[in-house]
Amino acid sequence: MSLQTDLLTLLPELIMAVGAMALLLAGAISGGASRSDNSISSGEKVARAISWGAIALLVVTGVIAIVWTPDRTTAFHGAFVADSFARFAQILILIGAAFSILLADEFFRPNGARFELPVLMVLAALGMMLMFSAGSLVALYLGMELQSLALYVLAAFNRDHLRSTEAGLKYFVLGSLASGMMLYGISLIYGFTGTVEFTRIAQVVGQTGVGIGLIFGIVFLISGLAFKVSAVPFHMWTPDVYEGAPTPITAYIATASKVAAMALFLRTILTSFPHAVAEWRQIIVAISVLSMVLGAVGALGQKNIKRLMGYSSIGHMGYMLLGLAAGTAVGVRGVLIYLAIYLFTNLGVFACIQAMRRGGKPVEAIADLAGLARTDPKLALIFSLSFFSLGGVPPLAGFFAKFYVFLAAIQAGLVWPAVIGVLASVVSVVYYLRLVKLMYFDEPAPSFDRGMAMGSKAIVALAGIVILFFIVAASPIISSADAAAKVLLP
Amino acid sequence: MSFPILSLTTFAPLIGAALILLMPRANVARWIALITTIVTLALSLVVWAEFDTHVAGFQLVEKTSWLGGGISYHMGVDGISMLFVVLTAGLMPFCIAASWESVQNRVPEYMIAFLALETLMIGVFCALDLVLFYVFFEGGLIPMFLIIGIWGGKRRVYASFKFFLYTFLGSVLMLLAIMAMYWYAGTTDIVTLLNGVHFPPAMQTWLWLAFFASFAVKMPMWPVHTWLPDAHVEAPTAGSVILAGILLKMGGYGFLRFSLPMFPSASEMFAPLIFTLSIVAIIYTSLVALAQEDMKKLIAYSSVAHMGFVTMGIFTLTHQGVEGGIFQMLSHGVVSGALFLCVGVVYDRMHTREIAAYGGLVNRMPLYAACFMVFTLANVGLPGTSGFVGEFLTMLGAYLHNSWIAIFATTGIILSAAYALYLYRRIVFGALVKPALQTIQDLSLREVAILAPLVVITVAMGFYPKAVFDVTTPSVARLIHDNKTALAFDHSIGRLAAAKMAIARKGVAR
Repeated sequence: MSLQTDLLTLLPELIMAVGAMALLLAGAISGGASRSDNSISSGEKVARAISWGAIALLVVTGVIAIVWTPDRTTAFHGAFVADSFARFAQILILIGAAFSILLADEFFRPNGARFELPVLMVLAALGMMLMFSAGSLVALYLGMELQSLALYVLAAFNRDHLRSTEAGLKYFVLGSLASGMMLYGISLIYGFTGTVEFTRIAQVVGQTGVGIGLIFGIVFLISGLAFKVSAVPFHMWTPDVYEGAPTPITAYIATASKVAAMALFLRTILTSFPHAVAEWRQIIVAISVLSMVLGAVGALGQKNIKRLMGYSSIGHMGYMLLGLAAGTAVGVRGVLIYLAIYLFTNLGVFACIQAMRRGGKPVEAIADLAGLARTDPKLALIFSLSFFSLGGVPPLAGFFAKFYVFLAAIQAGLVWPAVIGVLASVVSVVYYLRLVKLMYFDEPAPSFDRGMAMGSKAIVALAGIVILFFIVAASPIISSADAAAKVLLP
Repeated sequence: MSFPILSLTTFAPLIGAALILLMPRANVARWIALITTIVTLALSLVVWAEFDTHVAGFQLVEKTSWLGGGISYHMGVDGISMLFVVLTAGLMPFCIAASWESVQNRVPEYMIAFLALETLMIGVFCALDLVLFYVFFEGGLIPMFLIIGIWGGKRRVYASFKFFLYTFLGSVLMLLAIMAMYWYAGTTDIVTLLNGVHFPPAMQTWLWLAFFASFAVKMPMWPVHTWLPDAHVEAPTAGSVILAGILLKMGGYGFLRFSLPMFPSASEMFAPLIFTLSIVAIIYTSLVALAQEDMKKLIAYSSVAHMGFVTMGIFTLTHQGVEGGIFQMLSHGVVSGALFLCVGVVYDRMHTREIAAYGGLVNRMPLYAACFMVFTLANVGLPGTSGFVGEFLTMLGAYLHNSWIAIFATTGIILSAAYALYLYRRIVFGALVKPALQTIQDLSLREVAILAPLVVITVAMGFYPKAVFDVTTPSVARLIHDNKTALAFDHSIGRLAAAKMAIARKGVAR
């Protein structure tokens, strides 16, 4: 139980932490010098260098996460876990973070980039990695706060922009409330079980049964977690934050942070309370069904594309929660496959949204997409493939995401929630079709600025490949998700 | 493993679509699409040639691992599905040729959409795995949605949304049923499900209803048929041909492939429902067809009526009924496709589908009048045309099952003669008085090349239906035999349970 083995177990997280601090120092030293020169261009250069440094750091961490197999899977007396479940989620959020930084670099370039942005994004990624590696409630809270605080600042990063500051403030106030509720739940669980470690909690609950106090604890804990994944009834912040935050930050919140929160949700509930399935399942089913329905209906009347994506993500979280409600390894596998596909599809969509610019200014109204198939056929193609995929139409990737989640729900006997879910997915198809209709059937609006930046092009191409060809290359992803799920529920 | 001819036939159109993507110019796209569809047709004829008509089971089978866990890429055809593959591949070159001049807008995209659709449609009939089937079945919605929405008529947006949502809504319930079957049987392999798996009768009821939701919409059966007239009217000519010719057949195929053999008890239980809906469809939609002012809408309603004969025939579970149903689907695929092409011919010239805008065409378009007459009579079911064989056999099957059903269905035949001949009279006969029609041209060489083969096929199928029955008979015989055995099994279980109950009750009484 030496410190060294503990640290080596958490090698990827360690590299991220040290790297983030090194980037911050490098930025502060070189950035401080340039600001006194009053030259904007050198500040830009520093920001770009730090961005690429951050991306390199994420890539290195990703490679290490893949090749590094620690001797033990737990560290610091069970506070952290490094298993293949954590690794699956790690790879996903590293991809999400790297591409979001790439998007941010391109987004802020004309309006003055700042080096703090990539550093904050790396710190948020570190928080996410700690979240789903957490083996105890304290470590969970630690990681979540690191992630959340960084994201609050990021959401308000366009500080001269009213909407962005509003988004940051809303996110902060509601997020703090959720954190408080969660902390209260954690203290109740600790009080009634005498431990904060997930596996020990499971043992205690298995021996003593589920008391009323513990149920209160579980409810508060789930409330906090539901806020992070933006499940109904804790979804109110989502459309506002999605709309107000700068597009790459929205992409980051929509992809990496959702992946992290959902992975955390799975691990916490399934490893701590396998003996209280009957108690938490009804809560999860309820918020899942509500999220699916509200996500579908709420998006129908939206006029802003980012707001619409906010509602769409509420719906998608509902589908994933159905996989959690199943409470089986099949369910976890379904959620992991869903997360992987959701991540790539959303990155593609937000890269496309970022390409919606007229006269150098971003436009976000859905009506601006009219006739895109004539003015920019490639962008329209990727956009509509993504929307069909998000709607779950085969043969695109999104269908398989829903397929595996519903498969688990049916196995667990959750037939009615599944029926409501597929009906909600039909409703959600209405607004996805409306977007496709705008782009393909309607007369063109003035065209967007020509020339997508290289990074966005790469992201869009990758998303397109994943969406189209998941059907032929599905089995490796499915089997690794299967392996990751079996760790959680042997 | 032998040469994967079915996969090649299925995915050949996609290769063409990829080529068009590389060379997106209108004329190149047209030629590539035409050549690709002809090659696909040739491949499908190879499938027919390779097909052994003495075998009842699946042939030309291909199987490789796909998603894992009992879900595999499994392709194959039997007597029920093989001819639908040929029908699909056979209609496509006509669709491409019919769009040669009438589609001038975004031609490469149009051709890509059609080729992708062809792959998905052929896949539906070849798939031997439920998930694979579902992927093909639903995947077709995307290209068809775009075809109606981009190249359609005035109310195209409404029609495309209605088409997509109706079909999608029906199908998602089927997806849940497929999942339930997966957990019961441990696999979605259709061959395994057909041969070794027996669902408990209570479960069959739910599964049957879920599949029914999907196939009834696709078929379409009354009262969920309302998307069809809209979609038909707004779709471009080739889109209507595909809709009527092939997409409608997927519902009937689904009933034959899944509902009847996999859920025999439920099929028996719900047969009266099917008969009722079929009769309503035959009589009601025929009457509605009589009142139409729009040519395409009239043919669309007549399609619903003809599909009523199909569902009626196959649920009688007699040799005559089932084979008649299959024949009727094939015949209707050719005849209704040809009728839409005929409408397309005059629409391209006059840009209206209103029946009142025409009259006396025989004076200036004798060739057209002759072709149109053959298809009209086939639609009516005149002996000597393909339409007669299917209608006669389904009626015979219905008569064997229950004579009342046959009596009601007969009125539909009379009504079909009424609306079809009325349409023909209003368009072709009479004096040529409309000034706009004075200069109308008869069929061009391209149009003759499109319609002439269809005339030949229609008459050939009427005089020599044996070519079709040679293929279908062994598989149909097996379907009916398996269904009867499974039913007997279910009934014996039911009797056993009843006997047990009775014994238990006696025990309690003592």
